[in-house]
Amino acid sequence: MNLLIKGGRVVDPSQELDAKMDILVENGKISKIGKDLPAGGAKASRKAPAIQVLDAHNLLVLPGLVDMHTHLREPGYEYKETIETGSEAALAGGFTSIACMPNTDPINDNRSVTEFIIRQAVKCGLVNVYPVAAVSKGSEGKGLTEFGDLVEAGAVAFSDDGKPVMTGGLMRRALEYAGSFGVPIISHCEDATLSAGGLMNEGLTSTELGLPGIPSISEEVMVARDILIAGYTEAAVHIAHVSTAGSVDLIREAKKRGVRVTAETAPHYFCLSEEALTEFDTRLKMNPPLRSVGDVAAIKKGLWDGTLDAIATDHAPQSSIEKEVEFEYAANGIIGLETSLALSLRLVAEDVLTLPQLVEKMSLNPAKILRLNKGTLKPGADADITIVDPEKAWTVDVKKFRSKSRNSPFGGWQLKGKVIHTIVGGTVKYSNKE
Amino acid sequence: MKLARKDILGIRDLAVEEINLILDTAESFIEVSTREIKKVPTLRGVTVMNLFYEPSTRTRTSFEIAAKRLSADTINISTATSSVVKGETFIDTAKNLEAMNPDIIVLRHSAAGAPHMLSRVVRQSVINAGDGAHEHPTQALLDMMTIREKKKRIAGLKVSIVGDIAHSRVARSNIYGLTKMGAKVTVGGPSTMMPRFIDRLGVEVHHHVDDAIRDADIIMMLRIQTERQDMSVFPSLREYANLFGLNRKRVALAKEDVIIMHPGPMNRGVEISPDVADGPYSVILDQVTNGVAVRMALLYLLSGGN
Ligand SMILES: [Zn+2]
Ligand SMILES: [Zn+2]
Repeated sequence: MNLLIKGGRVVDPSQELDAKMDILVENGKISKIGKDLPAGGAKASRKAPAIQVLDAHNLLVLPGLVDMHTHLREPGYEYKETIETGSEAALAGGFTSIACMPNTDPINDNRSVTEFIIRQAVKCGLVNVYPVAAVSKGSEGKGLTEFGDLVEAGAVAFSDDGKPVMTGGLMRRALEYAGSFGVPIISHCEDATLSAGGLMNEGLTSTELGLPGIPSISEEVMVARDILIAGYTEAAVHIAHVSTAGSVDLIREAKKRGVRVTAETAPHYFCLSEEALTEFDTRLKMNPPLRSVGDVAAIKKGLWDGTLDAIATDHAPQSSIEKEVEFEYAANGIIGLETSLALSLRLVAEDVLTLPQLVEKMSLNPAKILRLNKGTLKPGADADITIVDPEKAWTVDVKKFRSKSRNSPFGGWQLKGKVIHTIVGGTVKYSNKE
Repeated sequence: MKLARKDILGIRDLAVEEINLILDTAESFIEVSTREIKKVPTLRGVTVMNLFYEPSTRTRTSFEIAAKRLSADTINISTATSSVVKGETFIDTAKNLEAMNPDIIVLRHSAAGAPHMLSRVVRQSVINAGDGAHEHPTQALLDMMTIREKKKRIAGLKVSIVGDIAHSRVARSNIYGLTKMGAKVTVGGPSTMMPRFIDRLGVEVHHHVDDAIRDADIIMMLRIQTERQDMSVFPSLREYANLFGLNRKRVALAKEDVIIMHPGPMNRGVEISPDVADGPYSVILDQVTNGVAVRMALLYLLSGGN
């Protein structure tokens, strides 16, 4: 069935478009974009297939959101999330494409796991799922995985996420070798000897609570190292989940020098800070940890001036078994697919970003970094489209999440901006029923 | 006056009036412990459950004696902490204990925040008997009681706390309590044992013990955990004893009538030399006696006494 989206505010930074437009979708592709398109499309004839008209008046029509950093937990931890439930959560959050990290069981360090993930995703038929494969076998930081075979199987990037690549020598080889396949390395920057034993950001709050700290320098020394190696090898490195002011400064300076570095942050790093941990709430435990108020301000500045290219979720489902325990024993991670857009829209309300800039960071830029043909509404592109009511106020209710897990600290938050339709490949895969 | 709270989780959230109420009540209980029959019927029918996830004969015994002197029934549960052993979680255990209807649960746990978690899931009063490196409120209360007893006041006194501040719940609770009560608190120890921004808690920081204890009215020595050596927090016990151990020569830098405290158990010859530990300034055994009185006061006040 073809689709006509009428009267919405189309915001598509890939063609510097921000105007009230209609979009015609034919055969799963964007076929036309313009004012007052007639139902029936360009090739209107008696044999024209049925057309579904979506009224988008007062709504935003955006290129489908792309989350370059999720954890789908399948294979191995299906009790936390599956490719299907994670994809459902993605749709509800307005994401049409997601890249999933390799720290599953088994780890995605070989073709069979990559192919399994893609096969499962196709079977679900919900969103586009792009596997990120491990840098090292078993993510143990020793020998490289078979990048060539994995890229051919469908891996779009390499990362040992969850763990850092601790040795500079291996990171150098990974960057050099990945460069020849045109795929980036996504670096989880953490010097594990500096963060060892840490449970939250090292700062006044950790001192007050007597919790061992994770110092900002444990992230920053690795950001500095990876920037230096990327500069030296002229390879592309992408820094995952930037959380500190120092990292933002390092990346800003490196970009000025022309180093091929890109970076993402996540909504919790600009919505929450360490003080929130006073009650030992395990839903606020993640890695990197929530940082200081000063870091939050620096993250916003980094988004504003373009140092930080993307907003990713680092959606990390954990069950009550991992979270309803003493703070020290609780697993890291929060889920984010279903709250990311509304939390990020706060940046627009606060004048940190314009709406087109936000769309860039949640759709176009992550697609570019992963070399995906996504993040655009140009005619000919896949019809991945997110339709949002920017004014709709709602209260986060974790019980209503489509994700299998509930580990979100945002339950009860009053947010503005709700996804109304999520369209993947020209088919409406999700519609808000409230 | 009544104590209008369900739990005692830390000194940080106690008001000055509450601390005074607890100390006054504790003083009134001192007398009970000196009677020939050291028992009053005040808490007859009240059940106190001591739930200890970390071995501590000293604190557990103190709570047990406190409860018994008030005629409360006590139950002791000691269990090994484990993050890896699957099975019953802390919350499961808590729910089970709650169903047995104790009135007060005393919890010692190696994980900071465990008492807060317990207080959220059970309806009973929770007393924190030490959680990780976070707080040890009954220790700080007995320390403040001892200071008040010996010096007749707390406000204006210089209290020097020396040792591994970063990993000490005793230090934290005392810093919160003593600064609230108007004392001037100084902390001393190697910089590797100083948590970041500790000065923002309103204390003066010194990395040389002589500077830390100069003109002190009270010196509070912390127990050094010998396993910290392995983490390069300090190079050797020998060097620690040399640089930070309290000996008679160093005591001379403090006020003439200085008193010396230690939460126990001591490492004689490491953080404190034997002659100082047993010397005339030492009030270490008074601390133990006051510990029972403070715990009696808390059990009494949390049971609704006034
Ligand atoms: Zn990571
Ligand atoms: Zn991650």
